[in-house]
Amino acid sequence: MAVSGVSLAASLAPVDQHYLLEARQMQALSFAVHIPLVAFAISFPAMVLFVEWMWLRTGDQLYQTLARRWTRVIVALFAVGVITGTVLSFEMGLLWPNFTGTFGSVFGVGFAIEGFSFFLEAIFIGIYVYGWGRLSPRLHLLSGVPIVITGITGSLTVISVNAWMNHPGGFRLQDGRVTHVDPFKALFANTYLWHELVHMYVAGYIVSGFILAGCYAFARLKGRWGRYERTALAIPLTVAALAAPVQILIGDWAARDVAKAQPTKLAAIEGLYSTTRGAPEHLLGWYTQDRVKYGIEIPHLLSLLAFHSWNAKVQGLSAVPASERPPVNIVRIAFQTMVGVGTLLALIGVVYIAIWIRRRRLPESTWFYRALVACGPLAVVALIAGWVVTEVGRQPWVVYRVMPTSAAVTGASGIPVGYAVLAASYVVVASGLFWVLRRLARAPLDLPSSDPSVDPVPA
Amino acid sequence: MLLQSLPLVFVLMGVALYTVLGGADFGAGLWQLLAGRSARGERIREYAHRSMAPVWEANHVWLIFVLTVFWTAYPEALGSIASTLAVPLFIAALGIICRGAAYAFRAGATSARESGLIDTMFSLSSILTPFALGAAIGGIATDRVPVGNAAGNLFTSWLNPTSILIGVLAVTTSAYLAAVYLAADAARDGSHELELAFRTRALVAALLAGAVAFGGLFIVKADSHRLFHSLLSGRALSGVIASALAGLLALGLVQRRRFEAARYLAAVAVAAIIAGWALARWPTILPGLTVYQAAAGHDTLVWVIACVLVGGAILFPSLALLFRLALTGRFRAAEHAAMDATSHAPSDSRRGLLVRSAIACLIAGFALLNVAEAGWAHAIGVVCLLCFIAIAFRAIIFGALGATATNK
Ligand code: HDD
Ligand code: HEM
Ligand code: HEM
Repeated sequence: MAVSGVSLAASLAPVDQHYLLEARQMQALSFAVHIPLVAFAISFPAMVLFVEWMWLRTGDQLYQTLARRWTRVIVALFAVGVITGTVLSFEMGLLWPNFTGTFGSVFGVGFAIEGFSFFLEAIFIGIYVYGWGRLSPRLHLLSGVPIVITGITGSLTVISVNAWMNHPGGFRLQDGRVTHVDPFKALFANTYLWHELVHMYVAGYIVSGFILAGCYAFARLKGRWGRYERTALAIPLTVAALAAPVQILIGDWAARDVAKAQPTKLAAIEGLYSTTRGAPEHLLGWYTQDRVKYGIEIPHLLSLLAFHSWNAKVQGLSAVPASERPPVNIVRIAFQTMVGVGTLLALIGVVYIAIWIRRRRLPESTWFYRALVACGPLAVVALIAGWVVTEVGRQPWVVYRVMPTSAAVTGASGIPVGYAVLAASYVVVASGLFWVLRRLARAPLDLPSSDPSVDPVPA
Repeated sequence: MLLQSLPLVFVLMGVALYTVLGGADFGAGLWQLLAGRSARGERIREYAHRSMAPVWEANHVWLIFVLTVFWTAYPEALGSIASTLAVPLFIAALGIICRGAAYAFRAGATSARESGLIDTMFSLSSILTPFALGAAIGGIATDRVPVGNAAGNLFTSWLNPTSILIGVLAVTTSAYLAAVYLAADAARDGSHELELAFRTRALVAALLAGAVAFGGLFIVKADSHRLFHSLLSGRALSGVIASALAGLLALGLVQRRRFEAARYLAAVAVAAIIAGWALARWPTILPGLTVYQAAAGHDTLVWVIACVLVGGAILFPSLALLFRLALTGRFRAAEHAAMDATSHAPSDSRRGLLVRSAIACLIAGFALLNVAEAGWAHAIGVVCLLCFIAIAFRAIIFGALGATATNK
C-alpha cells in the first residue's frame, strides 16, 4: 500500500505540519513519563496486598506499618499517573486528530473499556486508601483486589490499541472511509496483543520490584538495616528476581511475533539491509552505509532466533522503499539496551535466588546492594527502550502500513509552544514527586518499640 | 437512529455528571484561594482538601469517559473539535496536571508555608481548568468549530463573548456546587462553624451564578443570534425554564440547610440546561455535520453502548460505596488482625514439592513458548511461566521473610 494511497475521511485531510517532529517528541515525552508510573500501577498494589495479607495472617505489626507506608506511595504515584494519562488522552485529539478522527471507531472501544477500568481503579484506590482503619481488616484487604484486576484490564485494553496500531485489522478502507468495522476483531482477536501484554505486565513487576528493592538497598548502604528494611527489600526483590529471567523468554516470543508481523521492524532492530538466508546477528556496533560496522557478528543467529531454523530467510530493510524505513540506529540501540539490561537484571535475580537456595539468607556482599541500587533506574531504562523499539520501529507509520504518522498530525499551529510548556510542567511534576517520595520515606517509622530488631544496624 | 444518538446521550450525561461532581472538586480550589491566610482560612483550606482527597480521582474520570466515548462514537467530530480548540483544551490539560500534582504533593507538606504554596497552585489551576473547558463549549455552541483538521480559528473560536461567558459561568457554578458539598460534609461532621461558613459561600456563589446566567443572555444575544433564539424557543426553552426553577429551589434548600437535597436539585439544574442546549441543536453536532453523519459504524456503536451499560452496572454501585465511605465514615472501626502464631513457612517436604513444580513449570513454559510454534502452545507456555513465578515466590518468600528476622 503506497503512502499516497491513504486517503482519509475527506474532511480530515492530511495537512502540511511543519512541526511533525516536535509533535512526535511531545507524544514520546508524555509516554516516557506515563509508562514508568503505570508500571507501578499494575504491580505495586498486588505487593501491598501481599504484605497486608501477611499482617492479617501473622498479626505482626511490622507488616501493617509497611503496607500503610507503601499505600501512601501508591497515592502519590497514582495521582501523577492519572494526570499524565489524562494528558495522553488529550493528545490523541490535540496532536493526532486525523488518526483519532479516522480510526476512532476502530480502536476507540479499547479506550472506552480502559476508561471504565481506570474509573473503577480510581474508586477502589479511594476506598482502599481511606478505608485504612475504617473498614474491617478483611474487608479492607478485599477492597484492594479490584485495584489489581482493573490494573490488568486497563493495561489489556490500552495495549490492545497499541497492538492494533502495529498489526491493524478488523476494518476496511473504501474511498478513504473506514467501513466494516469490527472492534472486537480489531482489538482482541489480534495475535500481536498477547506478547505485548504479557511482556509489559511482567516488565511492570520488574520495574517496581527493582526500584523498591533498590531503595532499601540504598538504606542498607546508608547503615539502616533493621528488620523493617530487610522485609521491605525481600518481597519486591523476590518478585523481580523471578520475573527477570522469565522476561527473557517472553522477549524471545515477542521478537518472533515481530519477525512474522513486522519484518521491517525486525530488520531495523538488527540492522539488516538485504534479505538474507542464514542471517547473522550483530552485537553492538553502528548501522551506517547499509550495514552494521564495528559490531560482533554471530553467524546464523538471527535466523535461528527469529525463525528457529539455521538458514531461514530474513527480510531486510531494502525490501521497502527508503521512505518507509524507521530510523535504524535509534531502534537498534534501544533494542540492544533493553536486551543488555534485561540480561543483567536476570543475572542479578539468579544470584539472589542461588544465594537463597544455597545459604538460606539474603546476600551479604555490599557489592550486591550497590548493584541493586543501580538496577531500579536500569529497569526503567529497559522499559522505555522497549517502547522505543515498538513505537519508533513502527515509523513512519502510525497505523502500520495503513496511515503514515505525517497524515495523522494536527493542522494547528503552536506545537513547539505546547511542547515547551508541557516539558516544563513535567519537570516541575517530576521534581515535586521526587520531593514527596523523599518526605514520605523520611517520615518516622511507627513500629512497636518493643521490637529490638528494628534499631538501626550499621552495615 | 437510536443507535446513533444513544452514545451522544451518554456523552451528555457524562458532561452533566462531570459538571456536578468534577465541578464541586474545582470549586473547592476556588474557596481555598479565597480563604486567605488567617487561622480560620487555614481551617477552611484544610477542610476543603480533606473532603475532596478521597473522591477527586473518581470525579475526574468522568472527563475521560466523555472523551473516550465521544471519539469512539463520533470520531470525525472529535478530530475537528480537538484540532480547532487545541488551545483551551491544552490549557485545561495543564490545569489538570497542576491539580493532580497538588493532590500528590500535599501528602509531603509538613509546614503551613509548604501547604499554602501547594494550595495556591491547586487553586489557580482549579479556576483555569473549568474556565477553559467552558470556553471550549462556548466555541462549539456558537458554531465557531467547523468540520476539518484545525479548520477554525485557533483563538477566536474560544476567546469570544459567549465562550468567556460560559467559562465564567462554569467557574461560578463550580464554586456554588463545592460550597454546597462542603457544607453538607461539615454538617455531617457536626462542625457548625464550617457549615455556616460554606452555606454563606454557597448562597453568594448561587446569586452570582444566577446573575451571570441572566446577564449572559444579553451577551449571547449580541454575540450569536442563532444560539440566543434556539435557547429561548421551542424545545430548549422548557430546559432553560426547568433549569432556572431547579436552581431557585436549590437555593431555598441551601438557605434551609437541606444540603443533600440541594445538591440533587443543582444537578437537575445543570442537566436541564445541557439537555435544553442539546435539544436546541439536535441533530447537529458541528455545522454541517449531524449526529447521524458523524456516528461510527453499526458494530462500533453496539460495542460502545454495551460497554457503557455493562461498565455502568459495575461502576455505579462502586461509586456509591466510595461516596458512602467518604461521606459518612460509618464503617466499622478497625479491629485488630487475628493473631495467628502458626508459622506459614511451608514444611521442608512441602517446599521440596513447590520447588519441583516450579522447575517443571519453567521447563514446560520454555518448551511451549520458546521452542514450539503453535499459538495454543504459546498460550499454555505463558501460563506456565507465570505459574513458575507464583510458585517459586511461594516457595522462597516465607523462608526469606523468616530470614529477615535474624539476618544482618
Ligand atoms: C523491564 C523491562 C524490559 C526488559 C528487561 C525486556 N523488555 Fe522487551 N520490551 C519491554 C520491556 C522490557 C516493553 C514493556 O517496554 C516493551 C515495549 C512494547 C512491549 O510490548 O513491551 C518491549 C518490547 C520488546 C520487543 C518489541 C515488541 C513489539 O514491537 O511488539 C521485543 C522484540 C522485545 N521487547 C524483546 C526483549 C528481549 C529479547 C528481552 C531480553 C532480555 C527483553 N525484551 C527484555
Ligand atoms: C496504547 C497505545 C500506545 C503506546 C503504549 C505507545 C507508546 C509509545 C512510546 C513509549 C513511545 C516512545 C517513547 C520514547 O521515545 O521515549 C511512543 C512514541 C510515539 N508514539 Fe506511541 N504509543 C501508543 C499509542 C500511540 C498513538 C495513539 C499515537 C498517535 C497517533 C502514537 C504515536 C507515537 C509517535 C508519533 C511517537 C514518536 C515516535 C518518534 O519519536 O519517532 N502512539 N509511543
Ligand atoms: C495512548 C496511550 C494511553 C492513554 C491514552 C492512556 C490514558 C490513561 C488515562 C486517561 C489514565 C488515567 C485514568 C484515571 O483518571 O484514573 C491512565 C492511567 C493509567 N494508565 Fe494509561 N494511557 C495510555 C497508555 C498506557 C499504557 C501503555 C499503559 C500500560 C500498561 C497504561 C496503563 C495505565 C494504568 C495502569 C493507569 C492507572 C493509573 C495510574 O497510572 O496509577 N496506559 N492512562
